[in-house]
Formats: sequence, C-alpha cells, structure tokens
Amino acid sequence: MSLKVESTPNAVLAPLPLRLIDDRGNAVAESECGEFTLPSVDTLLSLYRQMVVARRFDVQVTALTRQGRLATYPSALGQEACEIAAVAALAPEDWLFPTYRDSIALLTRGVEPKDILASFRGDWHSGYDYHEHRIAPQATPLATQALHAVGLATASKLKRDTTVAVTLLGDGATSEGDAHEAFNFAAVWQAPVVFVVQNNQFAISVPLDKQMACRTIADKAIGYGMPGYYVDGNDVAAMYAVISAAMDRARTGGGPTLIEGLTYRIEAHTNSDDPTRYRDSADVDLWRSRDPIERLEKYLVAEGALTDEVRAEITAAAEDLAASTRECMTEQAVVDPLELFEHVYSTPRAALAEQRAFLAAELGGDAAASADLTEKSAR
Amino acid sequence: MSLQQTLETGTTVRAPENLTMAAALNAAIRDAMVDDPTVVLFGEDVGPLGGVFRVTDGLYAEFGETRVSDSPLAEAGIVGTAIGMAMYGLRPVVEMQFDAFSYPAFQQIVSHVAKMRNRTRGKIELPIVIRIPYAGDIGGVEHHSDSSETYWAATPGLTVVSPSNPADAYSMLREAIASNDPVIFMEPKSRYWTKAELALPVQTAPLNRAVVLREGTDVSLLAYGPTVKTALATAEQGEAEGLSIEVIDLRTLSPFDDETVGASVRKTGRAAVVHEAAQFGGYGAEVAARVTERNFFYLAAPILRITGFDIPYPSPKLEEYFLPTPDRILAALSTWEWS
Repeated sequence: MSLKVESTPNAVLAPLPLRLIDDRGNAVAESECGEFTLPSVDTLLSLYRQMVVARRFDVQVTALTRQGRLATYPSALGQEACEIAAVAALAPEDWLFPTYRDSIALLTRGVEPKDILASFRGDWHSGYDYHEHRIAPQATPLATQALHAVGLATASKLKRDTTVAVTLLGDGATSEGDAHEAFNFAAVWQAPVVFVVQNNQFAISVPLDKQMACRTIADKAIGYGMPGYYVDGNDVAAMYAVISAAMDRARTGGGPTLIEGLTYRIEAHTNSDDPTRYRDSADVDLWRSRDPIERLEKYLVAEGALTDEVRAEITAAAEDLAASTRECMTEQAVVDPLELFEHVYSTPRAALAEQRAFLAAELGGDAAASADLTEKSAR
Repeated sequence: MSLQQTLETGTTVRAPENLTMAAALNAAIRDAMVDDPTVVLFGEDVGPLGGVFRVTDGLYAEFGETRVSDSPLAEAGIVGTAIGMAMYGLRPVVEMQFDAFSYPAFQQIVSHVAKMRNRTRGKIELPIVIRIPYAGDIGGVEHHSDSSETYWAATPGLTVVSPSNPADAYSMLREAIASNDPVIFMEPKSRYWTKAELALPVQTAPLNRAVVLREGTDVSLLAYGPTVKTALATAEQGEAEGLSIEVIDLRTLSPFDDETVGASVRKTGRAAVVHEAAQFGGYGAEVAARVTERNFFYLAAPILRITGFDIPYPSPKLEEYFLPTPDRILAALSTWEWS
C-alpha cells in the first residue's frame, strides 16, 4: 500500500543535472556549464587513474566477500565519480567524514587496504589512523557523521584555521533528522563544510520517491539558506568542479554547500541483499551504460591523453593493488581478546579490571584472578 | 589544566561566598574557560539569557560569541557537533536544557560519544561534558522532571555523575571538563538553589568516589543528586527514633564505587538505595545486585530500593506522592526484621 495518493517519480520533475562531459564522452558547451569550467586534461587523467584503481579494489573486495572472507562489504561500484571527486578536492588539512559505503574514498585518500578492511573482516570496528589521514571513522548510523563534520568545521572556523570538512551521505540518509540538523546547523553557523550526497537511488531497497516528495535533494538547500547543486554524479569532471568550488567558498568564509550527485548503486546494498526483489535488471543495464569510467575514458582517448601506454600503466597499478589486497587478507590479524577492555575509558576502571581478569582466567591466564567474588567477600 | 594543577599553580583562592549550586556550576564553567582556551560552551538559551536555570549567566558577556553560543534548538545537533569539535581539539561543554529533552540526542550519545574511544582503539577521544538538568520536585509540567540517569549509566563508555551540593557541583564539573572521557553531568534541578559557603576554587573528593556524608552503624543509605538531601533528613529523623543511619552520597553513578559502599555495608550489614527514577530496571537495581554479590555474607537483610513508582513522572499536584520522603524511607527500613 502506498501512503501517497498520487506518486510522482522525482525524476519526472527534476531538472537535468549539471554535467561538463556528457554520456558519450563529449565536453558540454560552455553555455550549459554555468559558473563551472572543465578541469584540465591532467586533472581528469589523474581522476581517471584513481577511479580505475578504486574500482579494481571494489571489485576485488566484493569477490573476497563472496568467498566468505569478509563479514560484509557495501560496494560503491558505479559511484566512483562522486567518491573520487570528493577526495581529490580535499586539501591535506581537510577532513573527510565517510560512511560504510565509502571505502574507495578512504583508499584514494591513502589508507592501506588492510586498514580499510579491518572492520569488514571483523578485526575491530574501525582500523586506520584517523589523524594521519584526516578521515573520521566510517559511520554506520545514517547521517550522524554529517553533524560531526559540521562540528569539526565549526571548530576550524573558531580557531581561524583553513580546514574544511567534507561529508559523504546517501540519498536515504537525507530522510534522517540528523541530516536536517546538520544542514541547518551548518547554514546558521556558516560552517566550512561541504555535504556531498550520493544519490544512488536506493536506500537498501527503497527508491527515492518513497523518501521524499521534492524534485531533488539539492533543492532542499534553498530551505536551509545555502547553495545547492544538482550534478550528474557519473560525471567526475562536474563533481570535481562543483565540489572544488564549494571547498573554495567554504575556505574563504562562504559557508556550507549541499551537492547532490545523481548516480546509481550497481551492486546490491551488501552481499546479503537481493536487488532482484525490488528493481528491474533493465534499469541496472541502463545505468551500466552510463558508466562514469567509460565516459571519461572516451573523452581522454579523444583528447589523446589516454594512450595504450598510459592505460597499461594504470591497469598494472590497479592489478598490483588487487594483488596486495588479496595478500593482506591471507595475513591473519592477531586480535587479542584482552584488548577488549583497553579502549573504553582513558583511565582504568576497577570493575573492568575485574572483568578483564575474569576473561584472562578463562583464557588460561592467571587462575587466581578468577576467584569468585562472592567467595572473596565471604573471607 | 586539571583542578589539581590549577590549585598547585597557585590560582588565588577567593574569599568565601554564599553560593547556590547554580552559581557554583557557573563559576566552575567560567574558571575552566579562563584556564583553558579550548573550552567552549553552547546549547539552547545558554547565551545572553544565561540558560533557563541561569547556570551560564554572564558567560556570553565575558567570553563572547566565539566561546559561548546559542545553538539551534536541536539536541542531536548539539551533541553531534560537539563530537566534531572535540575531534578538532576543543573541549565542548553542552547543555540539554531538560532531562526529557535530551532524548533526541540519544543516538549521538550512545552510538558515538560513548563508543568513539573504543571503536577507534583509543585514537580519538572525546572530552565532552553533556550537562543535563534532571529529576523533579520543582513543580514542572510534563517532560520537565525525568530521571534519565539509568539510560546513560547503562551505557559503557560514559562517565555519569550527579552532584548533590554546591561544593561538589563546582569541583566535579571542573574535573569533568578536565577529563579526557565524555561525562554526562546530571544536575538535580531541585537543588540548584541550595546554598553553601564556599571559597573557590574548592576541590572535594575526586570523581569516581562515593563519600560518606554522615556516619552511622545500623543502615547504609545510598543516594545521589536530588535524594541526598532526603537521605540526610531521613538520618536526622532516624536518629530521633533511635536508628543510626550512615548516608553515602554516590556522586558518580558510573563507575560505581564498590569500595566505599562495600566498606559501609560490611560495617552496617544493611543497605537501602534511594532515587527518584522508577524502580523497575532502575539504577537501584544495579546497586542492589552488585552490592549483594560482593557483600552477601555481611548482609543481615535484603537491600531495599525506595524509589519513584513505576509510572511516568506525575503532574505538579501529584508529585509529592511520587517522590521518596524520609517517612517513606523509614517505613521501608522498618519492614526489615530487626533482631
């Protein structure tokens, strides 16, 4: 049963998203690019390389998950343009606030595969150096990280730093109250933050027209009093140009921006999902034909920048990464059960020390530590 | 800078003043902000108004908008942005205005504030103080008198404290702000106007320690926040009836001070816990269970809970029937067999 009397698919109402390179790999006429200009060929080649490497990683990790070697892996296949553009637009001092689907963003920012996969293979909840990479832990509760990004950006502003925060969100997450609060706090406080919403059209199984009744997610920006951009999320050139402009604006006191990248989740939500129950394979095929990497490839080949030699070099780099990703999975990470008690409080608590001793005794450690508390109290 | 360091570095001890708990809390925030430029304060109405209970009175004027600011009216937003600020090296002190209005922040507190250190293996710590005016006995309309401490105390990763008097209010808040762990700072609304003569900066017992406020030999009466005054009144009344009641102010709900409470219970052999929150699954249930587990063979009687009833907090005309009173506590103690 639909709660809506009359349901209008958002796509019918939506304007055309901004793009700088079209589906066929041709540069869009400048008159249709608004205030944005096509990035240089060097920049686009670099983005292409990062997308190819990221996809190889994503495909490799999905395969490892199907082999049962990871607990789960939310794929970003087809969303590389959004992910890579967001990371490429970051300055070294900027912070990224990703979600569970944004592992390739971490990879592109320089996190080692073994550290990205620590959480998905169950070693610990999260496993990289946040301060070194300036990436927050991947958030699972939807939209919660957007508020953290606003807070960090506000702190940067209070300290008169130039650090900008970028947060990645999905379309479903924009229904959460925390997304609303983040957009509003950011606009009221003029926080140097950029919201990059990857509209991959599904929240697990629920399509966007069951999440909202407005034309686009970007339209919501008007209500908060910040600029909003509706962008072709499979055009890395447009995503990069729009995000970079938003970063510049944020860095120079211009406040937040909401950017929606229209894209598509080619894979299932995770390995435990069955997308045939809620979407047509013809739709998936249509979006496969709008592939962000193929589009840029056509442009770069036509520009003469993507020679066979360069392509071979990029493929080799991607295969090297896939090999090292497989390799890191063969190393058994040593997880010490007693570490469970190490990171709960800054200073040790007596009650936790008792529970730690209890577990240590169970593991064959200090037998004296297992003495029954009641028995002890009787002495 | 910790309070200890402050005292050691010779911060001038001010002349004694007659201060309410609200004023002591205000002084604690102010002194922390003077000593540490990374301390920032924000929340609903904490700016020019000085908070609905005036706990932040004058701070906006003294420190300016950069460090003291009114936030949009959204509790998840307040706590969520505090997390990001703490990640960037600030020490946010935020206010939830009223107990029952903290619930929109539940997810941010439970899923992030409490877990961040753990999920990042200690690489990110969140020195955040979340102040929550709580409990009843002020004739508040609905949603203004909840005792929500058990939700927080049941969450690993949080330190949960509740002062009962102005000296503790100052000292515990200074320590909470200096702590590298997130602290849920529960302020008993009905005690905001309690006064004491204090020469600031005052330092009382450290966080995580319960304190014996009044010695006794027959019963250990355990209370915190708003019910400490009730427990002390009970002890007075009990003495007149020939009952020697030891009153313990728990002060910190998480962690629980097993040592101080255990020593008292082993001496008296009897214990009762008093709180305003409902009984079922309440904080007193944990107190009764753990004190029994650890001291069973010293106990002459089961540990009693004298608490609010298992109902939503009542309207102003009915709250007197809900709140534990000395008479009700003494009546409960008289149900034990006294041989």
